[in-house]
Amino acid sequence: MDLTTNYLGLRLPHPLVAGASPLVDDLELVQRVADAGASAIVMHSLFEEQIRGEALARERFHDVHALSHAEAPSYLPASDEFRLGPDEYLEQIRRIRRRVPIPVIASLNGTTEGSWLAYARSTQEAGANALELNLYELVTSIDVSADDVERRSLDVVRAVRKSVTIPVAVKLSPFYTSLPRFASQLVASGADGIVLFNRFYQADIDADALEVVRSLRLSEPGELLLRLRWLAILSAQVRTSYAVSGGVHSGLDAVKAVMAGADCVQVVSALLRHGPERMGTLLSELREWLEQHEYDSLEQARGSMNLKRCPDPRGFERANYVQVLQSWRFE
Amino acid sequence: MRGKQVTLDGNEAVAHVAHRSSEVIAIYPITPSSSMGELSDEWSAQGRKNLWGQVPEVIEMQSEAGAAGAVHGALQAGSLATTFTASQGLLLMIPNMYKIAGELTPFVMHVAARTLATHALSIFGDHSDVMACRQTGFALLCSGSVQEAHDFAAIAHAATLKARVPFLHFFDGFRTSHEVAKVELVDDDSLRALYDEGAIHAHRARALSPDHPVLRGSAQNPDTFFQAREACNPFHDAVAGHVEAAFGQFAELVGRRYGLCDYVGHPQAERVLVMMGSGAETAQETVEHLVAKGEKVGLVKVRLYRPFPLARFVAALPPSTRAIAVLDRTKEPGAVGEPLYLDVVTALRELRDAGETKLDPRVVGGRYGLSSKEFTPAMVKAVLDELTVARPRNHFTVGIVDDVTHRSLAWDKSFDIESPDVVRAMFWGLGSDGTVGANKNSIKIIGEGTELFAQGYFVYDSKKSGSITISHLRFGPRPIRSSYLVTSANFVACHMFGFLERYDVLAGAAPGATVLLNSPYAPEKLWDELPRPVQQEILTKRLKLWTIDAALVANESGMRGRINTVMQTCFFAISGVLPREKAIGAIKAAIQKTYGKKGQELVERNFAAVDAALAHLHEVPVPGTVTSKLELLPPVSKDAPDFVQRVTGAMIAGHGDDLPVSAFPPDGTWPVGTSRYEKRNIAAEIPVWDTKLCIQCNKCALFCPHAAIRAKVFEPAALEHAPGTYKSSDVKAGEFAGSKFTIQVAPEDCTGCGLCVAVCPAKDKSNPRHKALDMATQAPLLAAERENYEFFLGLAEPPREKVKLDNKGTQLLEPLFEYSGACAGCGETPYLKLLTQVFGDRTVIANATGCSSIYGGNLPTTPYTTNRDGRGPAWANSLFEDNAEFGLGIRLGIDALRSESLALTKAHAGVLGEELVAAIEACEGRDDAEIAAQRERVKLVRERLRGSKERPAQRLLQIADYLVRKSVWLVGGDGWAYDIGFGGLDHVISQGRDVNILVLDTEVYSNTGGQASKSTPRGAAAKFAANGKSLGKKDLALMAMSYGHVYVARVAMGAKDAQTVKALLEAESYRGPSLVIAYSHCIAHGYDMAFGPEQQKLAVTSGTWPLYRYDPRRVAAGEAPLVLDSGTPTGAIGAYMRNETRFRMVEQQDPARFKAMLETTQAEIRARWDVLQRLAEKPHVQEPAKS
Repeated sequence: MDLTTNYLGLRLPHPLVAGASPLVDDLELVQRVADAGASAIVMHSLFEEQIRGEALARERFHDVHALSHAEAPSYLPASDEFRLGPDEYLEQIRRIRRRVPIPVIASLNGTTEGSWLAYARSTQEAGANALELNLYELVTSIDVSADDVERRSLDVVRAVRKSVTIPVAVKLSPFYTSLPRFASQLVASGADGIVLFNRFYQADIDADALEVVRSLRLSEPGELLLRLRWLAILSAQVRTSYAVSGGVHSGLDAVKAVMAGADCVQVVSALLRHGPERMGTLLSELREWLEQHEYDSLEQARGSMNLKRCPDPRGFERANYVQVLQSWRFE
Repeated sequence: MRGKQVTLDGNEAVAHVAHRSSEVIAIYPITPSSSMGELSDEWSAQGRKNLWGQVPEVIEMQSEAGAAGAVHGALQAGSLATTFTASQGLLLMIPNMYKIAGELTPFVMHVAARTLATHALSIFGDHSDVMACRQTGFALLCSGSVQEAHDFAAIAHAATLKARVPFLHFFDGFRTSHEVAKVELVDDDSLRALYDEGAIHAHRARALSPDHPVLRGSAQNPDTFFQAREACNPFHDAVAGHVEAAFGQFAELVGRRYGLCDYVGHPQAERVLVMMGSGAETAQETVEHLVAKGEKVGLVKVRLYRPFPLARFVAALPPSTRAIAVLDRTKEPGAVGEPLYLDVVTALRELRDAGETKLDPRVVGGRYGLSSKEFTPAMVKAVLDELTVARPRNHFTVGIVDDVTHRSLAWDKSFDIESPDVVRAMFWGLGSDGTVGANKNSIKIIGEGTELFAQGYFVYDSKKSGSITISHLRFGPRPIRSSYLVTSANFVACHMFGFLERYDVLAGAAPGATVLLNSPYAPEKLWDELPRPVQQEILTKRLKLWTIDAALVANESGMRGRINTVMQTCFFAISGVLPREKAIGAIKAAIQKTYGKKGQELVERNFAAVDAALAHLHEVPVPGTVTSKLELLPPVSKDAPDFVQRVTGAMIAGHGDDLPVSAFPPDGTWPVGTSRYEKRNIAAEIPVWDTKLCIQCNKCALFCPHAAIRAKVFEPAALEHAPGTYKSSDVKAGEFAGSKFTIQVAPEDCTGCGLCVAVCPAKDKSNPRHKALDMATQAPLLAAERENYEFFLGLAEPPREKVKLDNKGTQLLEPLFEYSGACAGCGETPYLKLLTQVFGDRTVIANATGCSSIYGGNLPTTPYTTNRDGRGPAWANSLFEDNAEFGLGIRLGIDALRSESLALTKAHAGVLGEELVAAIEACEGRDDAEIAAQRERVKLVRERLRGSKERPAQRLLQIADYLVRKSVWLVGGDGWAYDIGFGGLDHVISQGRDVNILVLDTEVYSNTGGQASKSTPRGAAAKFAANGKSLGKKDLALMAMSYGHVYVARVAMGAKDAQTVKALLEAESYRGPSLVIAYSHCIAHGYDMAFGPEQQKLAVTSGTWPLYRYDPRRVAAGEAPLVLDSGTPTGAIGAYMRNETRFRMVEQQDPARFKAMLETTQAEIRARWDVLQRLAEKPHVQEPAKS
């Protein structure tokens, strides 16, 4: 069965990719993911705040105490070897590239132009085969308009596009007023692909302590549906590479994603829950399903269920909403 | 000039040579020598090699005695070794120095000469430590400047190889060790050429080796020791020749020429000074100035002090010499004179008797510069002037006013020899604003980027929070010999506007000087905001005034609080040292170099600050008249006692130098309770209390490092006279129901650290961001809160007997440790404060040297204070290494007096009454009630014995207070308890006596700047463990428990304050030795101290800091001795470690290594937990010791 796919211009033997997760911090786990057959691996994000913050942390918590007391010119060794978190990130890209033969996709997360974007170039220099730009922005100010947000995002994409020669994918959240238009602008600004969607750290509330607590839950298969809809809508209109991220837990899930238009299927929660070897299971499931259903190749299924080609596009559109609500009422 | 020119300080200049010239370096931190060891460690950690291609082995020892022993061994093994030390550390090395010299071993130690502790400790410079080593057999070589320190380090390493006599190379602590100057480095080839390979081979051949075994360190008897001791004479006789040869070779290789004793001055000088060290630089400058004016004066700079080169010394004197003044930077009470004076007198006499000279000058000796006391050209002139009188005073002092024994020479303060082509600048900064760093950077820019010579010296006060720094910079066309502070600056910058109200900032400004003020006021409004004396000074001296709102510029550039770059830019813009464009370019290049490694973010923010600075810099129009009525604030409040007004006040105002000898207690005894008069007013924000939300848990008071927020209960009637804004609420419950309750901030003593708000658990249910305590801007609250605090202090204290001694109740007790100069957010001081609240009125504290002795006892003020009865902790610091023994001695002394007082009481049973005597005898002083009752009984004793003329009764009257139990606390940090003082601590706890030991464990040498101790945990970076400590923390608690009779507790107030209080109470009540090890967060850990308590929680839950109490008394009750106060470790050690820079930087250096260390630590935590659980479960078989 020919499962090959082209994602961001990378020729992959199959679409199943290990998505952004803490797995990449451990070379042993990386090796296991590769051994289990992942066709590529996505780094977790290097955050704009992290890049800025790491640079400032030493200044704020150490240098501020230096040279203020006769007996103690400083309180920590002044090591030339001192490296920032981002440097460590780049080093890990190098290590992974050395360790496993599959492509590595770096990931940057930020929303404004600035010196941190220099790291885009650094990830390429460190050997990343592609870059995933995570444009997750949570607007909390009434002074920021939707236009502002989108313009800023497009600026970032253009800036990154200029600074690297490797392919750049943009990872989005589902919350845009007009995702199709924005997606088309992203592509026009130089994006080589779109990843749907970001999953967020959610804020929970500790009611006893009156504290906000951050949590990150692993994805559930139900989350795939939102992605299938938008893949179907976007892939029918905006020509670019698509990856699905979030909610893929079985080979069948992967099939559906491809049918909706995905070139690449990122798997994270399934690997975190069951171990890196789960990648192998998903791959066999994908292959078996296609074989059982007598497909010639994966390519044959790609986009078959997008907005243009699916038998009843209303399923992806507003009408679907009415029907679902009504069916629910009568059950 | 042939070598590379750089700007660096004396310590680095020396380390540059020592590291390249050594194979083994054994070190131990001590101010002001620490950075030589730190640099060596860092360089070796980075793989820097010595001259022979090897990375020197650097090892930190447990004390200087240990370092000396280690180098002795390394030398015996045939390696080239060195060490660095000062002061008390040097004293600890003396025994080994005799051995190393006695065995004729080539070796160099580098000493940043520092004052020895006598009536007080001083970290500053003089020769008292070095002079205590004259008799060891070491050669003593003295350098007087940063360049000389670099050069003589090489000379010492070269000469010792040839001479086989070990060298102590010394230079003045701080004045030379910390002065930044432009020097030329000696390159590797020159060093190699200086060091005789054959001599190195010979040293190796003498090594202890089983391949050619010998025996050293034998014991000899009367028959042979004396002769054998004399056998070394030829070697010592030859030292001067070897040094002279090395100087000669050095001159040929490098171009700089030195002699054993160098003369400068008039060839026919009649009056000659003899000196060593940095003072000789000032003397040379002055002598040259006077000679140019036609005076026949001169100076002999003694370089090789031991063996004293008699012939060379006398030969250095011009034949015209009529009178000599020998200046010693040390004091030897009871001696005929100080050492150099005695040597000079003896040398002249010996050579005259031998017929080798006809010189017969009058010789007088004097003391100068003790503890880095300023030594200025005016003082040099005063000494030379004294030599013109017929009978010059001998054994004089210069630099102080001695109005007790009248030995001091007067000097003319207006005498100034600063050259007009030297730019002199002074910068008043806050420790945290980066002023010193920026100035060091400016020196580099000018010193390394231009032909100009540069010098920088930095003066710090003794506070660890809100500290003031004054930078003294000089730039000029010739090497700068002025080893004294700038007093006539052509540029003065004040980086903190508030200083102008408190200090005479412009006193150092020369007429016509440029003044730069960082102020929040617009240029046209600034003048009226200046205090009257400042306006007057500006007008009188016709100063040019500039201003910038640096805080605003820094904030807008994203560099909150760090105004260094802004002010540095302004300095270059208006001082004219460099062309403006060139200077800006150089600043930016320096920023790129400094911050580039840390990420472009900081670079860009600093660049923005530079650009914005120029746009915000304005010249201030100076009107012709004084308009202000604002006077300088008094240094202490007007109600302070006379001594505090006269002495402490002068010290606080920066006028300590002007105090005469008579102002001081002759024995180092100082009054307590003085920090309350020093209103430092350093908090930008202070906490504001919401009475409605407060749950009266008192955590704010418990955690406040400065006793600047307090809780009190009082009778409602007291509110009658309360100020209008005074807040109180009803006591919620418990023993004080019906009373009123107040949480009150001390607005001028608060440091604004925010710990109180961080620990406050009481949130507004509708708006949880608002808590019972919120930080608010201090300025608008100051007047009202000052009055409220005054009123609060005046309220009666609650009856102690009624207060429940738990985490909440103890905070209703008056702290007898308040407003220390500790760091904002300090993790140590809350424990000490708590200790004084509970036991303060009956406690004697023996305090090991370290942070706690500095914030506890560094003048001008002390935080230890008294209650209304005049009782409070009595406090003393002996040394670093001996604190446990010192404390035990205090216990023994008190016990002796107690048993004598008891015996005398019993002997007076007739007069006192059997009942009273029995009650006195039975009282154990277990709590406040018993103590109070016993004090009443003592009162009765005094009453009943009053008027008795019998000697036993008199004796009892004198010592009757000892009938009341005294609590003895031995306090110190982990450097003391785990390392240098461990032997003593171990012995003391083994003795079973009733002492309480409180270890304030920051897991690092905090006071000397973050060197690793045996308490430093695995995976933490510290100095001397630059790559992260690879081995685990010593378990001091477990070691102490192994005795069975020691009460041991591990506490972390931030994790479980109730357990801390319980442990202190149990420790104090136990009549044997008690050891309480207290987790103390510290700025050396590298995070925001407001999160200290949170980190403590993580330390405890992760299991790295388990909480427990081991009480031998429980064994008698058939229980397990150990009670675990924290739960099974959660395993979240990574989360704890990654919050702190000390661990983070190790992970960033080498993540794989860090991960491995993390895993080992995790395994260790589990293993240790198993041990603790066993101790907590099984009843112990050992009998508790009787105390």
